Amino acid sequence: MSKLLEVNDLSIDLPVPAGTLRAVRNVSFAVDKGETLALVGESGCGKSLTALSLMDLLPRAAKRRARIFRFDDLDLMALGERKMTDIRGRRMSMIFQEPMTSLNPCYTIGNQLEEALLRHQTVSRKQARERAVFLLDKVGITAAGSRLKQYPHQLSGGLRQRIMISMALMCGPSLIIADEPTTALDVTIQAQILALLSSLQDEFEMGMIMITHDLGVVSRVADQVAVMYCGEIIETGSTKALFADPLHPYTKGLLDCIPVPGRTRRGAHLSSIPGTVPTPIGELTGCVFRNRCPEVTAACSEGLIETRNFGENRSCRCLLMQV
Amino acid sequence: MLQYSLKRICLALLVAVTVSFLSFMLVRVSGDPAFALAGENASESELAMVRQQYGLDRPVLVQYFDWAGRALHGDLGQSPYFKEHVVVIIGHRLQVTMILGLSALAFALILSIPLGVVAAIRPNTWIDRLALGLSVFGQAMPSFWFGLILILIFSVKLRWFPVSGSTSWRHLVLPTIALGYYGIPAFMRLTRSGMMDVLSSDYIRTARAKGLRAASVIFKHALRNAIIPVVSVVAVQLGFMLGGSVVIESVFAINGFGLLAYESIARADLPMIQAIVLILSLIYVVLTLLADILNALLDPRIRVS
Amino acid sequence: MTNLTNLPSEPFPAIVFPTPGQTMRRRTLAHWGFLLGAGVLVILLAASLLAPLLAPYDPYQQDLVHRLVNPVWYADGTWSHPLGTDGLGRDYLSRLLYGGRISLLIGVTAMSISGLIGSSLGIAAGYFGGRVDTVVSFLVTTRLALPVILVALAIVALVGGSLPMVIMVLGLLIWDRFAVVMRSSTQQLRSADFISAAQATGCSTLRIIIRELLPNIMNNLIVVATLAMSRAILLEAALSYLGMGVQPPLPSWGLMIAEGKEFMFFTPWLIVIPGTVLFLMVLSINLMGDGIRDITAPEGRS
Repeated sequence: MSKLLEVNDLSIDLPVPAGTLRAVRNVSFAVDKGETLALVGESGCGKSLTALSLMDLLPRAAKRRARIFRFDDLDLMALGERKMTDIRGRRMSMIFQEPMTSLNPCYTIGNQLEEALLRHQTVSRKQARERAVFLLDKVGITAAGSRLKQYPHQLSGGLRQRIMISMALMCGPSLIIADEPTTALDVTIQAQILALLSSLQDEFEMGMIMITHDLGVVSRVADQVAVMYCGEIIETGSTKALFADPLHPYTKGLLDCIPVPGRTRRGAHLSSIPGTVPTPIGELTGCVFRNRCPEVTAACSEGLIETRNFGENRSCRCLLMQV
Repeated sequence: MLQYSLKRICLALLVAVTVSFLSFMLVRVSGDPAFALAGENASESELAMVRQQYGLDRPVLVQYFDWAGRALHGDLGQSPYFKEHVVVIIGHRLQVTMILGLSALAFALILSIPLGVVAAIRPNTWIDRLALGLSVFGQAMPSFWFGLILILIFSVKLRWFPVSGSTSWRHLVLPTIALGYYGIPAFMRLTRSGMMDVLSSDYIRTARAKGLRAASVIFKHALRNAIIPVVSVVAVQLGFMLGGSVVIESVFAINGFGLLAYESIARADLPMIQAIVLILSLIYVVLTLLADILNALLDPRIRVS
Repeated sequence: MTNLTNLPSEPFPAIVFPTPGQTMRRRTLAHWGFLLGAGVLVILLAASLLAPLLAPYDPYQQDLVHRLVNPVWYADGTWSHPLGTDGLGRDYLSRLLYGGRISLLIGVTAMSISGLIGSSLGIAAGYFGGRVDTVVSFLVTTRLALPVILVALAIVALVGGSLPMVIMVLGLLIWDRFAVVMRSSTQQLRSADFISAAQATGCSTLRIIIRELLPNIMNNLIVVATLAMSRAILLEAALSYLGMGVQPPLPSWGLMIAEGKEFMFFTPWLIVIPGTVLFLMVLSINLMGDGIRDITAPEGRS
């Protein structure tokens, strides 16, 4: 039995004035039913583009390539736009980063929720409304019936994000992609939304991809983690293993930047990673992290650095790691 | 919403009063209007008579309030040329021009909105370039000359449409095109840029992520938002087109409001000129007022608050 | 802490970002609309300025024996009148060349007058905001309510048509877009840091507006100026066509079309030629305006 989603060697190119931005290069990952994969990295590392490419919602100019791009035993690369619209929203849904601008200001919440179901299933408007009320209730919105008649501008950011979540769930998808779903929200609401997503995922047995730059979020929700840096996945592993024993110097650096209970010593200074992320235009030689790496060697500047496996579900793209 | 409308109506009233004063003063730019009314070779006693007849010997402000007061009752004075009430003459002429203006507007909208939408969906394709070229050409074309060229091609050479007059719908085809093409660049550019902005917005991405079909994304979600700014420009352009009828009706010899305006100016029919400028300005004020209110109705962020 | 001076080479080849000047040059050379507009405008400008040298005849000299001579591309046309002669036997090419001077003169002067009025109002409204803004917005709304062509016709007809009169009237009528665009451009920069900095160092308001603000809204100003110029040229042509602008025997293109209309069914070139040149002049000015807007736009918006 193959996995729910399997991506192998996915690359995304984006034309920019200075040349071709090789925004995502040869990333591979997989998600199974009921499992959460966190794609974590700094802003601009290509994680959002990776998410959009799964839904085939990349900007028009962007080009994607992949060796394997399989979802539910369907080859997504071979699927045309028409067939893809049948999958989007029905079997694979996405929750976006900006709840304030992600809802159409001209239509009521009810209209926008119902249309997702009406598009994919032959149901009456009444049935669609019932489903919407049911889901609004599920995401913890009270007085769901009257909320349906409201317009987006009448609701707070937290409410809107809950609505975005219920919208994504309207058709009962098997995979849900959440792109920084809590970044634009207050801290207290962030925790609620994350807890909500986790419980809904358990209840409906969905696979989930959580895109985030926040390691705190990762530790709360993810089963598996893939760390992205400048368009590459440089390390993968189970959340537990990765937090306990980071292999790649970048991951180590990231973890040193945040306080982790039991790991960070009391009174110790939190560090930061010096230098800046390079702009991926042109041919890459050697390791993409070497200009910021504290453990850099001469060999890091040469050839291609392979991704090597270190046990089950554990890989790292670094020369220094010995098996 | 109510507060917004009231504010907007107050502004419109203020503008209306100002333009009424300006149209009243317009015929006084050359000094004493008695010279124009009495004719070039009038004697001093004739001038005095005209001054008395039209009340020109009173202070200007008194004259204005008198004129404006009567205008409020639908009396815009007598035309010395027609020897009749200005309002009576204008009524029918305005109807002709309204039909022309509305058909020109319809022509411009039918051509420019679909073109703007397609250009926005397929930027940098041949159809986008065609649309851009059309709008660049349209902006540079002198309307009176365009009208003459239309006559040369379609009336003289091809004999499809009559040269001039306004007795049948066939008479209206060429004037409609000559008057309407002027609005095309504005509508098309606005539709295109509005659609481009909206299509790159987050909520369009949401709509696509729901798996909605392209037609639904474009028409239900994008066009509905992109069309809002076009509404105000429609009102403005209709106002411009009614003003432009002065030129186009002269070219095609259509017996409408514009030709009346032109002829009245040529024969220094001052009460008529005042009335025409006032009416055109007021139409514009009302149109923009309606557009703003319609705008608010189309946008729930203003309507429901 | 790593030693920053000893970092290894960058993983990707260095990108050489073009300087603003280079970007501008590259965009200019790639913008065919701008190049075409500039090219045509330079030709028209040169032809108009050099009219006394280029014109084969006196544009006012009538020759009733050689009336309505066809242009050279007609079978009976001659090179002695390359573009033929009008109803009074005046050489059409000469009139066309001198007519260009009138259009350009009116375009530039009416644009300058309206630019001065509109920009002052717009910048004041955008910079000071509040009451000033309310008053200016009201003025713009009122101005827009008045039908330009009608008011211009009425004034010129009542006061009497002459070149300075037409220029004054147009200049006083078409300032609205200057005010609107300058107002919003100024508003956008009003709270920019460099303006606050200039205020903090105690610069006078006038100095801030001229030294800090104006250079930054110059590109918008130029674009509106080109639009105002073409608008003035088109309006003058329309007024003259209707017989209430520039008066005969001045060779205004609009007037030439009006005079040619009488013969248009038999000698259509009498209206086609001046109309085409008028169209080309306005087109080239507009293309240049669009080009300047695109070329000076921030990266990614072109």
